[in-house]
Amino acid sequence: MLARLGLEPGDEEFYAEQLSGILAHIDRLQELDTDAIPPTAQVVEVANTLREDVPRPGLDQADALANAPSAVDGFFRVPAIQEET
Amino acid sequence: MDWEVVIGMEVHVQPTTRSKMFCGCAVGRLGDPPNSNVCEICLGMPGVLPVINKAAVEACLKTALALGCEIPRHTKFDRKNYMYPDLPKGYQVSQYDLPMSINGFLEVDGRRVRIRRVHLEEDTGKLIHAGDKLHKALESFVDLNRAGVPLMEIVSEPDLRSADEARDYAVALRTLLRTIGASEAEMEKGQLRAEPNISLRRVGSVELGVKTELKNINSFRALHRAILYEMSRQTEVLESGGTVVQETRGWSEAEGRTFAQRSKEFAEDYRYLPDPDLPPLEIDAAWIEELRRALPELPGARRGRLVSQHGLPAADAVLIAADRELADLFEASVAAGAESKPVANWIIGEVAPSGKIPTPEHLADLVKLVTAGSITRDQGREVLMESVETGRLPSDIVREHGFVQMSDESALQVEVEAVMAANPRAVEDYRAGKKQALGALMADLKKRAPQANPRIASDLLLRLLG
Ligand SMILES: [Zn+2]
Repeated sequence: MLARLGLEPGDEEFYAEQLSGILAHIDRLQELDTDAIPPTAQVVEVANTLREDVPRPGLDQADALANAPSAVDGFFRVPAIQEET
Repeated sequence: MDWEVVIGMEVHVQPTTRSKMFCGCAVGRLGDPPNSNVCEICLGMPGVLPVINKAAVEACLKTALALGCEIPRHTKFDRKNYMYPDLPKGYQVSQYDLPMSINGFLEVDGRRVRIRRVHLEEDTGKLIHAGDKLHKALESFVDLNRAGVPLMEIVSEPDLRSADEARDYAVALRTLLRTIGASEAEMEKGQLRAEPNISLRRVGSVELGVKTELKNINSFRALHRAILYEMSRQTEVLESGGTVVQETRGWSEAEGRTFAQRSKEFAEDYRYLPDPDLPPLEIDAAWIEELRRALPELPGARRGRLVSQHGLPAADAVLIAADRELADLFEASVAAGAESKPVANWIIGEVAPSGKIPTPEHLADLVKLVTAGSITRDQGREVLMESVETGRLPSDIVREHGFVQMSDESALQVEVEAVMAANPRAVEDYRAGKKQALGALMADLKKRAPQANPRIASDLLLRLLG
């Protein structure tokens, strides 16, 4: 969802610098020789963290929709998505 | 030249759980107000921590065991990334390279259909489109009640060779899931969604043709129709020298045809990555053994036993084993002392079509009354209905109504002679060689003396007609 962030005019340079920094860091990581290291799916040493199947109250509808840019009749409203050709 | 159809099935099944896959939101019902079963986790808000629902994992493991799958020790969840408004997080949690289970099979019509994998994932939300065919919609509406509901995905190898087989596969899968209690698997409620992929090839060819995948199928009948339609559509394309386009096609029940869908047109690359919020699962042998021990007898095994132990014809065994409730009723009724074949007849002929399930004691009592000749089959039907409605023992109902089958020959002879006297024409016709006149005489006898034992009465009638 980061791709959806809107920038205020004037902020471009500030964020451009930050993003360049991130990309430069990734380039540095690429230099590491990882040939001998097996792929890692997880960095924490835990497994089988499970919860019992017990429902808990969530958000009520108004709270759920409170952050939505647009909502109507209890639904999030989004630009049209056409499914059929 | 003839074409052979090759069908594989991808089936999404909602396991029976009370809460969602990774959060405590209730799994709601169709018709709940939109966005009323949601929380910070399934809405994809920042900083939340999802936790795996144990019941969903166990339903998936039970399904895997019932399908004879291998269950690898390590399994994990991955993020499948794409942008779509029904997906609040921007990714769907699914399983990519280490699914919960692989390499199983399901027996269908006496043949093994190979299962490639069974894995767990989460459902997406629901999109409602404004506008219609004539008016292009400007907006869509999103309900996230379904977002995060657990789903099992059961993927078969392309082992099915007809629309009949594909439908039978889906039915057998539903029977299995219901038997082991992994899912209600009601297609009409969207708890079982079958998506066949279909291709044609020349008979004798081993290479696979280009396939299309069908969606929006809401019943077993629709599954059958959609596949037949798609087969004829592809045949037409190929025979007119064209090529089948690999695509997803939607089934329109109203129009009885499939149409190209342009939904979710994404790059092939979903940038799968292990979900860092969900620690992996270690499925050890003790856990699997515990689940295996708790599994009930599977439909295939039960079918075999109904034949070998109870002497049922194979066709009866298939029908009864297909429904655990009916199979339980059958065995308990036989255990209560009724003969097996008549019990099977009553279950298949009366209980299953009516959907009203008597207790085994009541069914056994009823079957005994009918097989002993105390009441007729028609009377039995009435008594069964009343017994299910009132919860009373059939023998009591019979006694109360004075239902008694007339089996006494001299009493029956009076009735038969009266029928013959009232229908001289039919008697004459029969004696002149029109054997179908017997039906009219029997019908009249049934009207005049409903309690008459039909077998003894027809013997008597034949004898008197000479
Ligand atoms: Zn939730």
